[in-house]
Amino acid sequence: MSAQPLFTPAPREPARSFQDMILTLHDFWSAEAGCVILQPYDMRMGAGTFHTATTLRALGPAPWNAAFVQPCRRPTDGRYGENPNRLQHYYQYQVILKPSPAEIQELYLKSLAAIGIDPLAHDIRFVEDDWESPTLGAWGLGWEVWCDGMEVTQFTYFQQMGGFDCKPVAGELTYGLERLAMYIQGVDNVYDLAFNSAGVTYGEVFLENERQMSKWNFEVANTDALFDLFAKAEAECRNALSAGVPIAAYEQAVEASHVFNLLQARGVISVQERASYMGRVRDLARSSCEAYAEKMTPEWQAKYPGWSLV
Amino acid sequence: MADFLLELRCEEIPARMQAGARAELEKLFRRELEAAGVKHDNLRIWSTPRRLALIAYDLPDATEAVSEEAKGPPEGAPDAAIDGFCKKAGVTRDQLELRDVKGRMTYFAVVNIPGRPMAEVLKEVIFAIVLNFSWPKSMRWGEASRQTTSLRWVRPLSGIVALFDGEIVGQGLSANLDGIEPGRTTYGHRFHASGPIIIDSADDYAAKLRAAHVIVDHEERQNIIRECAAKVAAEAGLTLVEDEGLVIENAGLTEWPVPLLGRFDETFLDVPPEVIQLTARVNQKYFVCEGEGGKLANAFVCTANIAPLDPAVVVDGNRKVLAARLSDARFFWEQDQKTPLAVHAEKLARITFHEKLGTVADKVERVAKLARWLCEEGIILPGTGRGTSEAGGGASGAAPTDKLSDRGGSPLHHPADGPPPLAGEDRARLADLAEAAARLCKADLVTEMVGEFPELQGLMGGYYAAKEGLPQEVAEAIRDHYKPVGQGDDVPTAPVTVAVSLADKLETIVAFFAIDEKPTGSKDPFALRRAAIGVLSILGSSGIRIKLQKFIERVATFAAEQVREKFDAALERADVFVDLEECCPDPFTYRLNLIDGEWDTRPRDYAQGALDAVKASNLNFDNLAHASHVGRAVADFFADRLKVQQREAGVRHDLIDAVFALGGEDDLVRLLARVHALQAFVTTEDGTNLLAGYKRAANILKKEGYAESSDRLERSRETLDGGLSTSLDANGNQGIPETGEEDPLALIDDPDVGDIVAEGAVTGSALSYNPEPAEQALIDALDAAAPRAAAAVAGEKFADAMAALATLRAPIDRFFDEVTVNDPQADKRAARLALLARFRDAVHRVADFSRIEG
Repeated sequence: MSAQPLFTPAPREPARSFQDMILTLHDFWSAEAGCVILQPYDMRMGAGTFHTATTLRALGPAPWNAAFVQPCRRPTDGRYGENPNRLQHYYQYQVILKPSPAEIQELYLKSLAAIGIDPLAHDIRFVEDDWESPTLGAWGLGWEVWCDGMEVTQFTYFQQMGGFDCKPVAGELTYGLERLAMYIQGVDNVYDLAFNSAGVTYGEVFLENERQMSKWNFEVANTDALFDLFAKAEAECRNALSAGVPIAAYEQAVEASHVFNLLQARGVISVQERASYMGRVRDLARSSCEAYAEKMTPEWQAKYPGWSLV
Repeated sequence: MADFLLELRCEEIPARMQAGARAELEKLFRRELEAAGVKHDNLRIWSTPRRLALIAYDLPDATEAVSEEAKGPPEGAPDAAIDGFCKKAGVTRDQLELRDVKGRMTYFAVVNIPGRPMAEVLKEVIFAIVLNFSWPKSMRWGEASRQTTSLRWVRPLSGIVALFDGEIVGQGLSANLDGIEPGRTTYGHRFHASGPIIIDSADDYAAKLRAAHVIVDHEERQNIIRECAAKVAAEAGLTLVEDEGLVIENAGLTEWPVPLLGRFDETFLDVPPEVIQLTARVNQKYFVCEGEGGKLANAFVCTANIAPLDPAVVVDGNRKVLAARLSDARFFWEQDQKTPLAVHAEKLARITFHEKLGTVADKVERVAKLARWLCEEGIILPGTGRGTSEAGGGASGAAPTDKLSDRGGSPLHHPADGPPPLAGEDRARLADLAEAAARLCKADLVTEMVGEFPELQGLMGGYYAAKEGLPQEVAEAIRDHYKPVGQGDDVPTAPVTVAVSLADKLETIVAFFAIDEKPTGSKDPFALRRAAIGVLSILGSSGIRIKLQKFIERVATFAAEQVREKFDAALERADVFVDLEECCPDPFTYRLNLIDGEWDTRPRDYAQGALDAVKASNLNFDNLAHASHVGRAVADFFADRLKVQQREAGVRHDLIDAVFALGGEDDLVRLLARVHALQAFVTTEDGTNLLAGYKRAANILKKEGYAESSDRLERSRETLDGGLSTSLDANGNQGIPETGEEDPLALIDDPDVGDIVAEGAVTGSALSYNPEPAEQALIDALDAAAPRAAAAVAGEKFADAMAALATLRAPIDRFFDEVTVNDPQADKRAARLALLARFRDAVHRVADFSRIEG
């Protein structure tokens, strides 16, 4: 006697539910590109690109296809829950495909169709937008993808990461989940988004968070403690580097970067100091990437004879 | 004869790069064909976001056979020479031909290069194009990018169509092009067409693509956008605000452009129209429209890349995006107004202007003092706000020669040395307004709106000032003080604006020169040349007289004051009482002591604070010697800019040089007036002949070693009609060296005149001989003309000065006709040379005619 299935998933409704849109993207990238579906990195960071699955995996010769949601923290974008478009905490959907497949644009457009965007009903455009992150010693060429004039995705071919040429080049897709969902669901206010199909809204989940976190980011956070945290993260990054554990060092660089963003939101970093702090974060991030690439190189070369880091 | 089609298909090419890419494709194609010996010029080049296409019409089927021949050594030459020739020519000895060259049998090598099939040539051309194509930015991609030597393109290259006479060319190139094999397959519109399209030949390329919703001709797409955008606006009863940049950009973003009109919420029209237009244009690439009376309407035109199922859906999506952008803009607009500009301005203390020049607040402080000074000194005077454009002609290069000193009415300015025509009260008010405007002129840099749209600097400050209820002159000055920013931009004429604009630009130039950050070659990181041109335009158009050196001294003084204040403040902050007078009367020496460690007993942070303060605003004006050095450099810089500006305005460069060569002039308006007068004069018959006479005199004097006295010009400016005889005495006493060589021109003209003997002294007034009539005539003419010209120059009536010179023309011509300069009698010779020198110098006071060509 065959076992009766106890559970059959309901069909996805990406056009009516934020979470179904995410699940559809997971389904899509898992099936169409063999991506590993990762969970968010468990640290505060400003963009999905900081996830080690993107930065560190963009280095080295090994193929790597991954997709994940990453919460992004942008303290200065907080609007106390009063702005319909701006949040200090929001979600990005990241896809990284290495090496970049020849049909990557077609795959991407297909993923849009999967979540309900018909390219004959909506005007989809690839508009030049190159990407550069001095912090990560990284740059790439690509586009912002427009849907009826709205930027819904950042599309980048990584050329360098941590100061090293990407060999091979990875394609990175970053979907702005809230704005895509707003578009698909036809709502003008992010807090009105249906989070699921059972009547829970985005506002119910996050509005109070936005209010409190905006207040904390801008008004409350103890700046002495933040300066202290920055210094400690910096020191710990160096410590980890000298101990030969660059992934741990990288985490501290990410931490320092976020603390710096908080200090910015508190308005305690002058214009002159700003450049110096950014330089310090950049040093940490680049040193970590470099140390990681150098540490991994023997292994990479063993698996890919003839490959070289530089 | 057949046509060649090449399509290079790739992922979306940035719109801004497409024109350059078309030019590059054409350049490479021509270069490669030429290298293969094919002359050809019937080309068409097209681009879309996803392809570059080239059609070369009527190419030959093969290159022509070429016969090259080279002449070698003669028959009987050593073997080594003949072998060497064979090697060089690439032939064997038995292939050499012998020909008769002027009776001598000579070896010739004839090399016949057979024609090559065009398809073979084109294969190489395609490869060379793909490999050598230069993009502003290029990238690697895909599996091949494991090697950094992989192909580079602007975005991944996806396919190549290459057909010659309908046949595929370039087969087998894929091995060298990371797997991309030329063929006849392409793809149409990303969404309106599916599946591959097979191209038969160059003939059906554009038509097949059109059937697949791709208009491959970029110009056709531009026309569609231009016409349809205007049409949809007209259908809504509006007028499209034309924007050719947007037309081209949108054509570069679409293969099937469809302009659509949408509306936005009318309440957004509270935001300044410039902000709305910029938001729509920069962020969204939308056109805007005007309604009745040229007022901005609540409408936009976006250009879709599809014929949408329901245009309203696309329009609505775009409307929402624009609404979000405009909400941001309105938020900034309202937020910025909650803070008075004066409070915004305080934040400038946190922005570094330049590490050696302190903060923007420091700069503003200097500009404010300078703007006030310009008014208090009467360099800029109260006026109607219209400036003197009716008198000055408006354009910088067109200031009439002689109106500078005799302008009537109530001028904006007056000659620097003249009496101020207006009451002190007005002047004080102008100074107050100018200082107030200057203190606020950079405040908008820290506003949200300018943070978002830097190009709105000035404009937003003007709006905010007006909203705050500041005087209109102040708001206008804040708005316009960056002007003119380029050729054709409005040149400010309102007195308050002129004061702020001049103070700002001049301060920038002087300050950067003071820290030795001058423009060099093509590098001008602080846009000092543009600032200088701006200054010249303002001075010219308002006819403002300013002595640069004096201004520079003011900058130095204000900067030094500032350093001192900062230094004192730092000491105060450190809460350490130091009697500076006692320790050291001069803070700068004190600073040196700090560096030397003499004050090590003091708390370190206090020392550091004081040092930082000094460093932070180090204008390097510690002494006036430096200021004077900078002054000369700035004056030279302006002279150069003025030359460039005048040359561009069509003034002959030699005339500019002739006036500039006089040197020492730092009144730019006066310089210009003189240049213009000279230009008018040298084109007359009198001018041409006088110039010829001058050149002849100068030649003779030069040959006789009759040098100009080096300080002549200096002196002649000071003592306008003294000078000369002293100069002559100086030369005369030394005795004129006898070269024994007559002026050749004089000999030819009248060899017999040399026999005439006369006696006399050196100077005209006391000759030791009876002058010949022509000689006396020249003396008389000079006696009359020299003081007249000098006086006219002093009175800045340069046309009069030229007229005075014109009276010398006939006498000098006659003198050369009738008088022999190189008389055997030493005193005659000396006197005549002195007379010529006097003539030369009189002319020289007006302009250095030796620089004039012709």
